[in-house]
Amino acid sequence: MLYRTAGQFKTSYVADQALFPVRQDAFLLGILLVFGWVIFPLTASEFTFQTLLIPILIYALAAMGLNILTGFAGQLSLGTGAFMGVGAYACYKMVTIFPELNPIVAILLSGFFSAGIGVVFGIPSLRIKGFYLAIATLAAQFFLVWLFEKWAWLYNYNASGAIQVPNLEMFGIFVSGPQAASVTEYYIVLFVVTLLTILCINLTRGNLGRTWKATRDMDIAAELIGINLMKSKLTAFAISSYIVGVAGALYVFMWKGAAEPNVFDIPLSFQVLFIAIIGGLGSIMGNYLGAILIVGLPVVLNVIAGTQVFQMSALSAFILIALVAAIGFLSWVARSGWAIGAVIGFAVLTLIYGYAQTQGFRIDSALIEHINVMIIGGLIIFFLIIEPHGLNQLWRLIREKLIIWPFPH
Amino acid sequence: MFADIFINPWVDMVEAPDFLMQVLWEGLVSGILYALIALGFVLIFRSSRIFNFAQGIMVVFAALTLVGLFAMGIPAWISVGLTLVVMFVLAVTIERVVLRPLVGQPDIILFMATIGITLFLIGFGETIFGGENKVMITEELGIPTGDTVLEPFGGLLILQHLDITVVVVATLLVLALLAFLNYTQMGRAIRALGDDHQAALSVGISLQTIWVLVWFIAGIIALVTGIAWGARAGVSFALEVIAYKALPVLMLGGLESITGAIVGGLMIGILEKLFEIYWGQPLLGGNTETWFAFVLALIVLLFRPQGLFGERIIERV
Repeated sequence: MLYRTAGQFKTSYVADQALFPVRQDAFLLGILLVFGWVIFPLTASEFTFQTLLIPILIYALAAMGLNILTGFAGQLSLGTGAFMGVGAYACYKMVTIFPELNPIVAILLSGFFSAGIGVVFGIPSLRIKGFYLAIATLAAQFFLVWLFEKWAWLYNYNASGAIQVPNLEMFGIFVSGPQAASVTEYYIVLFVVTLLTILCINLTRGNLGRTWKATRDMDIAAELIGINLMKSKLTAFAISSYIVGVAGALYVFMWKGAAEPNVFDIPLSFQVLFIAIIGGLGSIMGNYLGAILIVGLPVVLNVIAGTQVFQMSALSAFILIALVAAIGFLSWVARSGWAIGAVIGFAVLTLIYGYAQTQGFRIDSALIEHINVMIIGGLIIFFLIIEPHGLNQLWRLIREKLIIWPFPH
Repeated sequence: MFADIFINPWVDMVEAPDFLMQVLWEGLVSGILYALIALGFVLIFRSSRIFNFAQGIMVVFAALTLVGLFAMGIPAWISVGLTLVVMFVLAVTIERVVLRPLVGQPDIILFMATIGITLFLIGFGETIFGGENKVMITEELGIPTGDTVLEPFGGLLILQHLDITVVVVATLLVLALLAFLNYTQMGRAIRALGDDHQAALSVGISLQTIWVLVWFIAGIIALVTGIAWGARAGVSFALEVIAYKALPVLMLGGLESITGAIVGGLMIGILEKLFEIYWGQPLLGGNTETWFAFVLALIVLLFRPQGLFGERIIERV
């Protein structure tokens, strides 16, 4: 009912090839864009900008870059963090060598450096496949981070070994560095992310995108029908690294403000990979959904855990969950599936937590941090089990249901 | 420059053979530990095609459990036993909760699931044991701590007793594993699963039992490596990094090959030490051990895409 496409006729090729052929999709996107461009900037607080809006956009962009490579072209990469680093360092060198360069131009240019390095590390993909390639990309990860540390020219021979973002001006407004306002940074991030997202959508549904998908699905078969594998794989590496590099530049210039080499270490690569996989490999929207989950969830958990209400209601919740756990454990013994197992895991944790509560124990921020890591690990497994194709697939299913809603068939 | 790269290192090696032997020895010690971890990877990969990223955190987790149990006043050797029990429970839980529902999913999904396990165990371990660095209970376990000084070629060669113990124990463990895999029914079942899943299932080999078994073996290996590395560098979450070192070993040796894991481990352990001492430190500012193994494996892979001992990759449309 809500998503009915009946009556939406396409009477020209242009209409048939429209970005969003379904009217409801375009409408929803319009609402999202209004929120992104108008409502959020007007209402968000400093905290929301810095912990939710800006990082979610940046991580979504990085995941989109990775998704081009892994989701569309089928080349598993674990070196995303290092390629983000290349973008960040390239941008830093550019703005320090040419201070009058427009910051947005600098950020967009910095992607080309990571694209070049991405192609170099992509060359082995012509011979190495699957997990072997994944480990090979780790070579890029470790080597580049080591280079960031040892090559002093990259950070202008700073004593600290870190890159500090200078105050950069554009049309008389500070756009990055300590003096820039969060709103300005947000708009720049949003602008770049919107631009690259449109680029990605169009790339992946065009000739290049189809070539990538053929390579992903079976590269030998793709080669037999005349696809140039070298071109296909290397363009995927180049474009993916370009986007990842831009995301890296944004990450340091618009969000962190300063970065040491170890920021770009392997945990960052994994975080981006999680977003891409939880969101859905081979989708564009999934990256945003994944980023909202992976970046937003810890923040939300922190806020909830910090409130007084949570501390007080925890004990009663604990008793309730302990009951569920007991039932769950029995059915687990009776082999009724993973869901119960997950409940048990959760319940055991709550038991521990509840016990600590009765001992007059209050959670401190370090513990919340640890529990967050644990919850995210659990959630990754949980989402992989309920929907291995990611949040994007969940949305697709909901959409299917909405087409015929309120009827069951 | 040319001399620095191609001549001087060799001259240094010949001029100070005792130092060279010291370097080789240290490379051997870490090499055998890499081989051990890689063996854990290979067993799991062969029997389930799962690329187990959680091996590193299992090392940390085992070591932390051991130290934590000992801190609760339990005698050292009983703590070791209890830790093994914990690792077994962990293996069963992982098989039940994570692997079984994901049977038949693409490799990358299973790989991600093991990263999920890694994160979960990091959070779990930090919550229970705290994130700070701990001291491994070396003496309580009866591991000798002194050193022996040899004087070959009129120089000095210092052998830490700890390292000797590590080499002996790790070698014994590797031999025991090989014997287990080759001469017991269970071991043959594991290898059968590695060769052909469906054929193995059709002759009545239980997938689930084998999975628990290989994860438990990986747990035992994790405990041994945890003790060994913990005794040298303290027990902390930084130990997780050594699992990354096992990855190039796997690439070099081949993901399916047990021989490959052992040979690759020793090769990488020794070569990365040599490179670090003779090329890395004088020319590149040191700390090359983080990436050398990967680059080496990458170069080898360019010529042999399946690694030195891996199964030949046959591609069909």
